Amino acid sequence: MSNTMKTLAVAGAVAAALTAHTTTTAQAAGKEKCYGVSLAGANDCAAGPGTTCAGTSTVDYQGNAWTLVDAGTCTEIELPAMADGTAREGSLEELGRDLPA
Amino acid sequence: MTVGQDIFRAAVLDPAAMAPAGLVDPQGRPAGKRFDVYRNNVAVSLTEALGQAFPIIRKLVGQTNFQILAGTFLRVHPPKDPLVALYGDDMPAFLEGFESTRNLPYLPDMARLECAMRRSYHAADSIPADLNGLGAMDPAQLMATHLTLSPATRLIRSKWPIHGIWRANTEKDAPKVQMSADDVLITRPDYDPQPILLPPGGGAFIAQLRTEPLGSAFEAAQADAPDFDLTTTLGLLIAGNAIAHVA
Repeated sequence: MSNTMKTLAVAGAVAAALTAHTTTTAQAAGKEKCYGVSLAGANDCAAGPGTTCAGTSTVDYQGNAWTLVDAGTCTEIELPAMADGTAREGSLEELGRDLPA
Repeated sequence: MTVGQDIFRAAVLDPAAMAPAGLVDPQGRPAGKRFDVYRNNVAVSLTEALGQAFPIIRKLVGQTNFQILAGTFLRVHPPKDPLVALYGDDMPAFLEGFESTRNLPYLPDMARLECAMRRSYHAADSIPADLNGLGAMDPAQLMATHLTLSPATRLIRSKWPIHGIWRANTEKDAPKVQMSADDVLITRPDYDPQPILLPPGGGAFIAQLRTEPLGSAFEAAQADAPDFDLTTTLGLLIAGNAIAHVA
């Protein structure tokens, strides 16, 4: 590939990547913390040992543990009903239910 | 009588060693059993920390084998730093020479990936660069531009399918692992690091970016893989908020 060809290829690729980026930013900006939908130990956290949040949710659907979900889907995630039959829903606020004893 | 730190430390790390002479209980009797409890707690807590740091290694070798592996590791490489969250950086090098896991030759690279994920998590925050200037740049100037990657960005290059193995051990319906040489990019677009499989040439490109401008990095990537796809690779860096500075 000649130098001119390379330069054009790079310029084209950068332009294409920037255009694609405009659409993805809009999606990324829509992330929100969703409380009460993580399975026990599966809440979003990759801090490793010695930290306070690594897999600390000990109860399924713990109300004060959160997972990043797509904005708008938080309250629509299907969760099994609670033991007494009350439907569970995710929440954008910390929840008082399902806290570890 | 007191016990020096060197003697105490050596005895803590050697399960067969006697309790250091001079360690006594409140009644002045030799405290051998108390020392055994202490020594056991050191080994168990570090083994637990290693299990949390290397969940995939633990899964691949199994809990029992992992305990043996961790027990050997922690005595050869005790923590050098008070931050237990970063304990285990020596694991990849240790696994290279660990006879019992020779049959899993990809294990050191899996450990590298797990270390890099954790390092990425704990890396400093950075504000992504404004990339609009790149699009307006004169093409020749663009070729000479340096892109600086964010502190949370990591690159792991392997001759093993480490990304496939990662997925198979973290995702429910992950595809069956196929033999491949995986170059994995780790970015931290939101709160948590993400391991992303790079297209052919992507690893060479990102490795070059550390020192070389865009043009030379592109050439190196093309030499590595003639069908190198710059748009996709740049797109992954941009989407991962991995470009911290443009100069």
